[in-house]
Amino acid sequence: MDPLKDDPYFDIRNFSLSLHKSKILKNISVKIPKNQITVIIGPSGCGKSTLLNSMNRLIDLSENLETSGSILLKGYDIFDPTVDITELRRKVGSISQTPNPLPMSIFDNVAYGLKIHGIRDKAITMSTVESCLNKVGLWEEVKIRLDAPASTLSIGQQQRLCIARALAIEPEALLCDEATSALDPISAHQIESELLLLKNNYTIVFVTHILRQAKRLADYVVFIYLGEIVESGPADTFFTEPKDPRTKAYIEGTFG
Amino acid sequence: MERGNLDRWSIRFMSIIAFLTSLIAIIIAVVLIWKSFPLLQISTIQEIVLGSIWQPLAGGFGFFPFIMGTIWVTLLAMGIAIPLGLFSAIFLAEYSPSHIRESIKPLIDLLAGIPSVLFGLWGILVIVPWVRDTIAPMWGVSTTGYCVLTGGIVLSIMVLPLIISLSDELFRTVPLDIRKASLALGATKWQTVKYVLFRKTYPGLLAAIILGFSRAFGETMAVLMVVGNVAKVPTSVFDPAYPLTALIANNYGEMLSIPLFDSAIMMAALILFIIVVIFNILSKMLLIRIQKAV
Amino acid sequence: MTIKSLEEYFFKILMVVSIIIVLGGILSVIFTVVMKGVSALSLAMLIESPHGGYYLGGGGGILNAILGSLYLAGGAIILSITLSLPVAMYLHQSTMKSRYAEYIRTSLDIACGIPTIIYGAVVFTIMVLIGARSSLFWGMITVAIFILPIMIRSMDEIMSQTPKKIKIAAFALGSTRTEMLIVLVKQSFPGIVTAILLAFGRGIGDAASILFTAGYSDSLPTSLFEPVATLPLAILFQISSPYPIVQQRAYASGLILLVIVLTASIASRVLSKRFMKYVVK
Repeated sequence: MDPLKDDPYFDIRNFSLSLHKSKILKNISVKIPKNQITVIIGPSGCGKSTLLNSMNRLIDLSENLETSGSILLKGYDIFDPTVDITELRRKVGSISQTPNPLPMSIFDNVAYGLKIHGIRDKAITMSTVESCLNKVGLWEEVKIRLDAPASTLSIGQQQRLCIARALAIEPEALLCDEATSALDPISAHQIESELLLLKNNYTIVFVTHILRQAKRLADYVVFIYLGEIVESGPADTFFTEPKDPRTKAYIEGTFG
Repeated sequence: MERGNLDRWSIRFMSIIAFLTSLIAIIIAVVLIWKSFPLLQISTIQEIVLGSIWQPLAGGFGFFPFIMGTIWVTLLAMGIAIPLGLFSAIFLAEYSPSHIRESIKPLIDLLAGIPSVLFGLWGILVIVPWVRDTIAPMWGVSTTGYCVLTGGIVLSIMVLPLIISLSDELFRTVPLDIRKASLALGATKWQTVKYVLFRKTYPGLLAAIILGFSRAFGETMAVLMVVGNVAKVPTSVFDPAYPLTALIANNYGEMLSIPLFDSAIMMAALILFIIVVIFNILSKMLLIRIQKAV
Repeated sequence: MTIKSLEEYFFKILMVVSIIIVLGGILSVIFTVVMKGVSALSLAMLIESPHGGYYLGGGGGILNAILGSLYLAGGAIILSITLSLPVAMYLHQSTMKSRYAEYIRTSLDIACGIPTIIYGAVVFTIMVLIGARSSLFWGMITVAIFILPIMIRSMDEIMSQTPKKIKIAAFALGSTRTEMLIVLVKQSFPGIVTAILLAFGRGIGDAASILFTAGYSDSLPTSLFEPVATLPLAILFQISSPYPIVQQRAYASGLILLVIVLTASIASRVLSKRFMKYVVK
């Protein structure tokens, strides 16, 4: 199976990034396949999250940013000045490591994205919220207390809420930055199952430093070390026949 | 792109209002300087600041008595408030059990919110007689009770909440581990306070004290009601005084009747403004130094 | 006993004595105003305006000052809120440090420290320049101007305490800056309510700013452009009267002012708890 048989969703070309004059990403070139789970692995602090945050330009919120090269989304460079960032972020949703519910009720959290992107019809909002909460398996748990503050949910539930919230605005991709690290094993497992179901309709990019999780989830793997792409490829061959000696060492746990 | 336009315009609008509010201090300075100008043209700064003759009808505008009045009352007030405030803050932060602390803190916040005129009322009813009938005779002096001492006492209690709350917050920023380390080596609590706490917090305490001075300089109503309002340089704490704030408050409604009087009163306001702003900036610079060191 | 334990004992006593003096002072102030005020308080004080000769011992009350103060402070607060909220929001519109924001904060900090008597003097100067009379309107303006920097900085501090992740969450969903700021305000709402009510307490109690900008009047406030009575000034005039019965009434007026300020303070604690429902910790 070749995940890249369709056009890639992201085509990253010679992308470099520095923050405060220090180079974090060096000449990254990789294609992220559409409607697959691409896992980015590598030791901590090597630029995985920075690369992820570049894909929806959330990195713009940082100071002293310099970039070169391009990240193409379905052919268009997302760093082009004419790009509408709010639309980009609608299309490319992101889930953080620690859940970040907004200071509103459970219902309003999911509905927030709809509201800001112009959808205010009550019936549509209601049905979208219900279907998204269903997709993450939260609906039955919260349907009787949709007005309760989102902060009253458990951490695992909050993270699922964040996914539902991202799904409500019909993204094409989901960027997950160690989305299960802060959760207990059961919640983590629930979220992994949900992602495996979602991948048929969404391009998922998942950053993790847990190899076993990578093996469970990945269709395509990218290994980043010290800001550079060491190797990338389909998951089955990646873990069984890594080409680069560093990849081999990392998979076997002999460094990092 | 309507959302984008709306966003741009609203941010622009907020930015303009922000800029306008930033002009408040500047506009005040400009108005004070402009109105003081006529006086500066006939007197030198030396005559104004050091001159002791205050006879507006005769054109005598020496502010020395008022400046000294402000200094006497403020120094006395801070002399009372600093030790009381620091010791109280240490008690609250380091020694008191939490239930006592929790019941005292709201009272101090309460004090901070009481309007100035009410302190004036209290001063007239409680402090003036006390000074006149109890304290002054102890020193063999007779006074009406409306004097520097009364003003200083009333002013000190007004500045205390500021000093206590700022110092208390400062002490609480020092991490627990540092205190544990000191106590584990056998130091007493007070030794820990003296050698560890103070060393870590003294720039912040200094900034808080400077801020306290600034507040005390600017306090108007309570002081006006108890300090006597006589335009002579005080020679003892039992003499009346006439601080700058009281001078301005008592006169700025009538300034138009006497030539140059309005200019003089605004000059007083300018002097007060300069003193207060300098102290405020000093305090802020200290705080920035501290934050950079962290 | 060692020297260091003697030292400890000595300073401990010093501290307890200090806190007792401070508490004694606080209680003395409050009890004086309450006790003296209660004895002179009558229903007439609250519901009537001064009759002719009130200041010479005649009948009436200070309803004119009570209403005047409430209108003045209320109007000033409303004016102030409409300007301070946008400025506080603007200071947080970016996630990066901004020189411009620091400049604005510094300028506002300086403005916070300027004594209210100077605000009053400056506004009065402008009033004289344009030929305006003292009135409720000018009193409101003066109080609004001196309250503004204080309110902005309070709101600013509250917003600075918001966890950064909330800003990121809003942006990640594709919010514009303004939309993110609205979420920020929701998170900061309890603190904003507290800031507003405390500012009301400060505004209503301040005499120096309105000394000559609001004027004084013995009639109930009816128009925006007429002089208006205020509680602090009522207190001042009554205590300056040579008639003891009028001086007593100053304390009653003081009690009324104290009650209003305390109510605002208590209300701020209660209301801010009420609004904590959706706030993320």
